[in-house]
Amino acid sequence: MNVNQLVLTFSSVAENVGIARMLVASVGAQLDLPLNDIEELKVAVSEAVSNAIIHGYRGESGRLVLLELEINQETLKITVSDEGCGIPNVEQAMQPAFSTDPERMGLGFVFMQSFMDELDVDSTVNQGTTVTMVKYLDRSTAFPSH
Amino acid sequence: MDAVELYSEQPMKGGFFRMEKKIERQTLILRLDGDLDMKTAETLRQALDHEIERRGIRIVVLNMEKVKFIDSSGLGVILGRYKKLLALGGKVKISNVPPHIYKIMELSGLPRIIRFFSDETAAQADDEDGRGA
Repeated sequence: MNVNQLVLTFSSVAENVGIARMLVASVGAQLDLPLNDIEELKVAVSEAVSNAIIHGYRGESGRLVLLELEINQETLKITVSDEGCGIPNVEQAMQPAFSTDPERMGLGFVFMQSFMDELDVDSTVNQGTTVTMVKYLDRSTAFPSH
Repeated sequence: MDAVELYSEQPMKGGFFRMEKKIERQTLILRLDGDLDMKTAETLRQALDHEIERRGIRIVVLNMEKVKFIDSSGLGVILGRYKKLLALGGKVKISNVPPHIYKIMELSGLPRIIRFFSDETAAQADDEDGRGA
């Protein structure tokens, strides 16, 4: 089976969120995904990368965010990792409307969950967070894992 | 209506984002163009807070016709200005939302608290209480 992998490492600065989105949109276009799916992938990646910068690194700009894309015949797997402060309570953080900042809506994980077929958040306090998201490429043959 | 004025500090720089504003008495019409994410949301927040605090703007109409992308950072700024204006007796209205942007806004629940209009004229003509149906 053919596997295609892409890895992008970038500084934890706001302008790189748009670059991360552009990369995933290009991959989505290459996979011939419907425009609507590409829009949803862009939102999911934007949320994961924004979380890494805003929450993982608390806005600190000199750190690195890792974006990995892995494409096989059935799935597109997107992993966003940081080596930041971590999330003390992942379950709580994933609740709709949970936000540590009143200006934000606590919607990041809601969007990731709504737009992707699988979402996994692995976080260790003071070590970092890895968000893994999977999109099934052929819905007629793929089923949710739960 | 005053002549159209552009925020020219960062025209389409980096975040591919631009704003065009029109002010009439206490109403600000802001036409947004580009991606509304964590980078550009901050630019929008500063612009709106400036108009609300310094110029006494109480009604903000956000024309989203040319918005290509929005995520929770962009939605958070809109919600934040809604709360701020509500406390001051003002309101936020949204017009010309493209369908794919509306889908994201709908999922956030924003249309339940902010009124959406087909165009700027309809938004300006509306004088009711700003809460949606």
